[in-house]
Amino acid sequence: MNWRTVRAIAKKDLLEVRQNRIAIWSILGVSALFSVGIPLLIGLLPFDTGPSGGDLGPLEALTALMPAAHQDLPIGARIVVLMLGYFLAPLFLMIPLMVTAIVGAESFVGERERRTLEGLLYIPADDLDLYAGKVVAGAVPAILATALNFSAYAVVVNLVSAPLVGGFWFPTPTALVLAAWIGPAIALLGVSGSVLVSTRVETFLEANQLTGMLSMLIVAMVVGQGTGLLVLSLPVLLLFGIVIYAVDIVLVRLGAALFSRDRLMARA
Amino acid sequence: MTAAIAVDGLARAFGPVQAVDGVSFQVEPGEVFGLLGPNGAGKTTLIRLLAGVLLPTAGSARVLGLDPTREGPAVRQRCGVLTEMPAVYERLSARQNLWFAAEVFDVPVPEVTRRVDHLLGEFGLGERADEPVGGFSKGMKQRLAIARALVHNPEVLFLDEPTAGLDPVASRQVHDLVDTIREEGRTVVLCTHRLVEAEALCDRVGVLSRGRLAALGTVRELGERLLAASPVTLTFLEPPGEAVVRAIAGVRGVSIEGVLGRSIEIAAPEDESIAGAIQVAVATGGRLIAAGRREHTLEEVYFALQGDVT
Ligand SMILES: Nc1ncnc2c1ncn2[C@@H]1O[C@H](COP(=O)(O)OP(=O)(O)OP(=O)(O)O)[C@@H](O)[C@H]1O
Ligand SMILES: [Mg+2]
Repeated sequence: MNWRTVRAIAKKDLLEVRQNRIAIWSILGVSALFSVGIPLLIGLLPFDTGPSGGDLGPLEALTALMPAAHQDLPIGARIVVLMLGYFLAPLFLMIPLMVTAIVGAESFVGERERRTLEGLLYIPADDLDLYAGKVVAGAVPAILATALNFSAYAVVVNLVSAPLVGGFWFPTPTALVLAAWIGPAIALLGVSGSVLVSTRVETFLEANQLTGMLSMLIVAMVVGQGTGLLVLSLPVLLLFGIVIYAVDIVLVRLGAALFSRDRLMARA
Repeated sequence: MTAAIAVDGLARAFGPVQAVDGVSFQVEPGEVFGLLGPNGAGKTTLIRLLAGVLLPTAGSARVLGLDPTREGPAVRQRCGVLTEMPAVYERLSARQNLWFAAEVFDVPVPEVTRRVDHLLGEFGLGERADEPVGGFSKGMKQRLAIARALVHNPEVLFLDEPTAGLDPVASRQVHDLVDTIREEGRTVVLCTHRLVEAEALCDRVGVLSRGRLAALGTVRELGERLLAASPVTLTFLEPPGEAVVRAIAGVRGVSIEGVLGRSIEIAAPEDESIAGAIQVAVATGGRLIAAGRREHTLEEVYFALQGDVT
């Protein structure tokens, strides 16, 4: 692997994204909404702090997922913990997906649309390094953005809910696993998927349909959890991550195997 | 010395289309070699094959002794390519474009800054080096694209229509650059539709037609091979008299093509008969001031070839 080339391609793609105002503002906007806006809003809702314990009705099963220390909290506090710590956390996975979709658009499809792809194919790097450059260019910023957003979310959540919960409590183990284990897996899924697709499709729009499909998966997770159909316990999350990484490996290898200058050139 | 580029029976098909169809030729080191041919003749495809970004369906090629199919990275490391559509990153500055190229072409790290600055200066881009390239004129973009193709000091340079769409001044700048590049001893393959450009810049030309090499040689060789010897014009101080014309017509191997004012145009394939014609013209009182055979232009050669193959 020629890391200098991989790094140069990644850096170039990011420089191009940086010049794209719409891309930058959508990333910043969505990030601010997820990491600051929503937790702030929920934390500031006037939940009653009532007596300890109490039945959560249909959501009572979820109380079992919470750390022991939280299980006795008043209903209002438990609802806040469940919402911020459990229901909304999977939405985080939208961040890596969004970033890979936007950076991926600058990848092969973007280069083809702007007619710079041919020039890129004349660099000495062999096909595998060229492919790796594009994958790294997409994955690294997505993972960084996830980490940053998660940190910001943690700070906001703790600040707004500490009075209610009685101290700093986030991240919960499941949220941490979600961000640190599933997040990168999803980032890789988005990247390998979008590079794979973007070497075969003609336009930006088609490339983004795939990421659209992947976000449905996440929405399904959020809804599933909210309705109690899917319980994102630690073992479930760990297993889920293993499955996504397995799919990642298949997609990355498939992409590498299918990636060829000749094929890209013949379609150019 | 071994050839810089050696092509042997090279072919590439796209489905039913034979874009390049059994082409063979060699380019010597330091030579400026022109590739001519109508739209769709296969010039761009040939360059792509030589740089190893397309794979041949038949035949083989050697570039600097390397096989582009199996040793693509090594070939590209030593070749620069100016693509038909100047592929500069419009959102990046000229400096960032060159910097990117220097990185991916593995220019030694301590040299990158100097190399980039040198090219910006040499190509007249220094003053606007840090503006996004999107705002540059076509000529400036083209100069940047050529600078980028040179960033790793390549031994072979492929230029695909380097003056397409440029105004005469910008074209002239590109021509001057090609001259400089030739003086630096690099081998250049130049695709162009501009016959005057090929004539001025190229040592030899190859003419492609429907993927095949229809002709190969210097412009003069091609003219001699493909066209009847061009006429010789004898020019007199005043319109020549009847006697002069009759005397010239009488020389063996000479026929009169036309008499126009002060000149007589004769067809005389052999130089021997021209000497004869000049002698009798002077002997019969013609006050001859000039005699010369016009060289064939590449344009005549080109059209003769197109007539041949279409
Ligand atoms: N990727 C491709 N897919 C299908 N056909 C192609 C492809 N590239 C080139 N061709 C066909 O191959 C032939 C040669 O094309 P090429 O671009 O090499 O010609 P050219 O001499 O460079 O033409 P121009 O002067 O217009 O640039 C044409 O008929 C073209 O349509
Ligand atoms: Mg062409």
